[in-house]
Amino acid sequence: MKELHTLSIDEVHDGLKSGEFTCTQLVQHFLNRIEKYNPKLNIYLSLNPHVLEEAALVDKEISEKGINRPLLGIPVAVKDNFLIPGMPTTASSHILEGFMPQYESTVTKKLKQAGAVILGKTNMDAFAHGSSTETSDYGPTLNPWNPEHLPGGSSGGSAAAIAAQLATVSIGSETAGSIRQPSAWCGTTGFKPTYGRVSRYGVVAMGSSLDSPGPIGRSVRDCALVTNVISGQDQYDATTSPKEVEEYTKDLGKDTLKGMKIALIKEYLLPDLRQDVKEAMLNAANKLRELGAVVDEVSLMDPKYAIGVYTVIQRSEVSSNLARYDGIRFGHERDRFNDENKRRIMLGTYTLSAGYYDAYYKKAQAVRTKIINELDKIFKNYDACIGLVSPGPALKVGASKNQPMFGEMEDVLVEQSSIAGLTSTGVPCGFVDGLPLGLQITCAQFNEAKALSIADCYQRNTNFQLFPNLEENL
Amino acid sequence: MKYSPLIGLEVHAELNTASKMFCSCPADHFGKTPNSQTCPVCLGLPGALPIPNKKAIESCIKIGLALNCLINRLSKFDRKQYFYPDLPKGYQISQYDQPFCSEGSIALESGKIIGIERVHQEEDTGKLQHTVLNGEKVSLVDYNRSGVPLVEIVSKPDMESSNEAKEFLKKIHELVRALDVSNADMEKGEMRLEPTVNVRIEKNDGSIHYTPLVEVKNINSFSFASSAIDFEIKRQIEEFEKTGIEKSDTNKTTRGYDSVKKITFLQRTKEEAKDYRYFPEPDIPPFILEEDYISKIRQELPLLPDQEISALVAEGVELKYAKILYANKVSLLAYNRHKEESGIDKSRLASLIANKKIDISLDIASQYNKLGQVGVTDKTELEALVRKILDANPEVVQEYKKGKTNVAGFFVGQAMKETQGKADPKTLNSVVLEILNH
Repeated sequence: MKELHTLSIDEVHDGLKSGEFTCTQLVQHFLNRIEKYNPKLNIYLSLNPHVLEEAALVDKEISEKGINRPLLGIPVAVKDNFLIPGMPTTASSHILEGFMPQYESTVTKKLKQAGAVILGKTNMDAFAHGSSTETSDYGPTLNPWNPEHLPGGSSGGSAAAIAAQLATVSIGSETAGSIRQPSAWCGTTGFKPTYGRVSRYGVVAMGSSLDSPGPIGRSVRDCALVTNVISGQDQYDATTSPKEVEEYTKDLGKDTLKGMKIALIKEYLLPDLRQDVKEAMLNAANKLRELGAVVDEVSLMDPKYAIGVYTVIQRSEVSSNLARYDGIRFGHERDRFNDENKRRIMLGTYTLSAGYYDAYYKKAQAVRTKIINELDKIFKNYDACIGLVSPGPALKVGASKNQPMFGEMEDVLVEQSSIAGLTSTGVPCGFVDGLPLGLQITCAQFNEAKALSIADCYQRNTNFQLFPNLEENL
Repeated sequence: MKYSPLIGLEVHAELNTASKMFCSCPADHFGKTPNSQTCPVCLGLPGALPIPNKKAIESCIKIGLALNCLINRLSKFDRKQYFYPDLPKGYQISQYDQPFCSEGSIALESGKIIGIERVHQEEDTGKLQHTVLNGEKVSLVDYNRSGVPLVEIVSKPDMESSNEAKEFLKKIHELVRALDVSNADMEKGEMRLEPTVNVRIEKNDGSIHYTPLVEVKNINSFSFASSAIDFEIKRQIEEFEKTGIEKSDTNKTTRGYDSVKKITFLQRTKEEAKDYRYFPEPDIPPFILEEDYISKIRQELPLLPDQEISALVAEGVELKYAKILYANKVSLLAYNRHKEESGIDKSRLASLIANKKIDISLDIASQYNKLGQVGVTDKTELEALVRKILDANPEVVQEYKKGKTNVAGFFVGQAMKETQGKADPKTLNSVVLEILNH
């Protein structure tokens, strides 16, 4: 029998259905692993105190009605910026230490309605300000492949939870790369839905015009199953789309990419890319060709411009979104903001100030429109764009220290797709120095099914979705 | 030297929608237990998002249409950022460069047109209460008002006296009430006023000078607004005469009004002025308002105060009576119904209301009829009636003037007929003679 922590959603359901194990046993198994490995990796910030009671209820439901909810009994780890009543929500910031939410995020509400069991809340960069999980006020999460390395971020805890097999699936959120980049560094599958596809209600806001919640899992299929549940228009989020939610698993399981035209973005093969990293990328392109897709090298605006646009827009929105943390109604006083939080508030305040707004914010919005138009042009001829998620494998712990632009540099290859609000799957595509690399497959807005289908075909025909041996590594 | 004041007004009106601007909490907050009408959205909790209130936006557009504004087909909300304990999110959701309505106008009695710069939508703040609790001085915050829909109406600086300003304010007050979009109860703070004042000075040598702009904040009565404006005009002229200070880009100031001392006092100068760091609200997509939607709202507009008064006048009611009827909320529609039912005469009804013979809070038609039955003894009313009959029969009046005094009986008879025999004969007789002999 396979060990319980290695099972996919479908395998968990098979086991629960056949009575091979109970949800209580599954949850207890994860709790045991968390107890063993969490002190070393710092993945979970808090655990659900009622998780075993909830698992018992699931077992009762299965014995009475079988499995008739899409995520019934599936243990999920949730990034600590999603509000869940009964569990502290800190967004990894000391300013929210001990904050107990009064209401529930739409994403976790939908997960619960689908029968998922929430194991706990995962570490992240404080207020999602970073790509390393090192700006967390509760210490960095360590990479399960090599604890001397970072897991990436900001959803570092959620990606590491999957890599370390401390949950079946997890939930992250991405402003630019915060799902895909830690997934790449931890060797997991991460999926960023289109902006407006998944509700932001009850998610501690970072960059409101960019934030996209999404799943991280051990396979594209698991990510699709979760996306089926969390997507859709929400009466509590005016930016969610009324577009009908597709069945995201419908195009999975195919073994050919015939008819697919894929653009390999030339500019994403940065000049200073390591040779072995570049090779992994080119091998991935060849694999897609082998599977029947046409892959052309296509030129897009230099990604360096996206850094400027992203930095200005995100910092501006951050400066505004963090204004509510005044310690009057909830949380602690402002002196608990960390240095990275303060830097972002200051820069955003500056870019929105009278006399600078036109030079920074307005100009950034104009370039944002240009980036959207350029990508639109590519999607007229191509089904997807591909590139590496990150210019290299996971960096060492401490790498982000004294590097205020660390995140922006590490996320240079995913920022354009975030700025344009596109959908993108990140899948493992190789290893260098014993650390995983990630491939991004990006599609036009609301083409989730396609971005998942291409990634699924690639993933099932390669052998990069592996898991580290924690006993050896730690 | 010649002085002409330039007065502009900003009017905030709280809308009377059932729910708040961006959440479903009740909007009616007056006298409610503090913080009993709040939710994650209006408390600005982490992760909460605003959902705009359709009805409130419709009300804002109604005000704009009634003020002859252009309705902007593309509109959006912006964040206006400043820190204050009553502002839970650290920003107010308002409208900056693309308000729902702009470039309108309203006419004063004199026929003078006052320009309307813009009519935009925003949300109200919470309320601070400075009090003593267990012997300790404390400031408490009540968020019941946080997120209540507000419409801000901004005029151009087209008014030249406090009287004009007062008339403008009364007209706006009547208008929002007639549209039934705001109760505009001044005492409850449902309408707040902010005049901006400066003075154009023409010296004897022909040179023209402007005094620095002053904005007077948060006034809650028409007469306070009027006296604040008068005080400012006088103060600014004196200051100019003393110092010669003129308006510049940097010397606009904000002043408060002390209603006891009847003076304004300095609150802050431009150097201390807030930089609101406006930027488009990312949580609410921009609005594209279709022509169909706007014309539907236009069709739903009721008769506006000026329209209703002129309709009454067109029906033959004297202007002063028309105004009495309007001011007493005897709406034209209701009035016409009464007329059909019981043959109510408009001028007579107005006069009865003016003389407090009719209580408008009770059923008007039955009171009117009852008064008719006991005999009409109201002198003013009979005078009006007799004058009307005299005006209609000038040749008979001429006969009387020539000495044929018995024709007076003709007028008495006519008046009796008009009142269906309900007039008190003695009073009527004396009224007829009084007028004929006058």
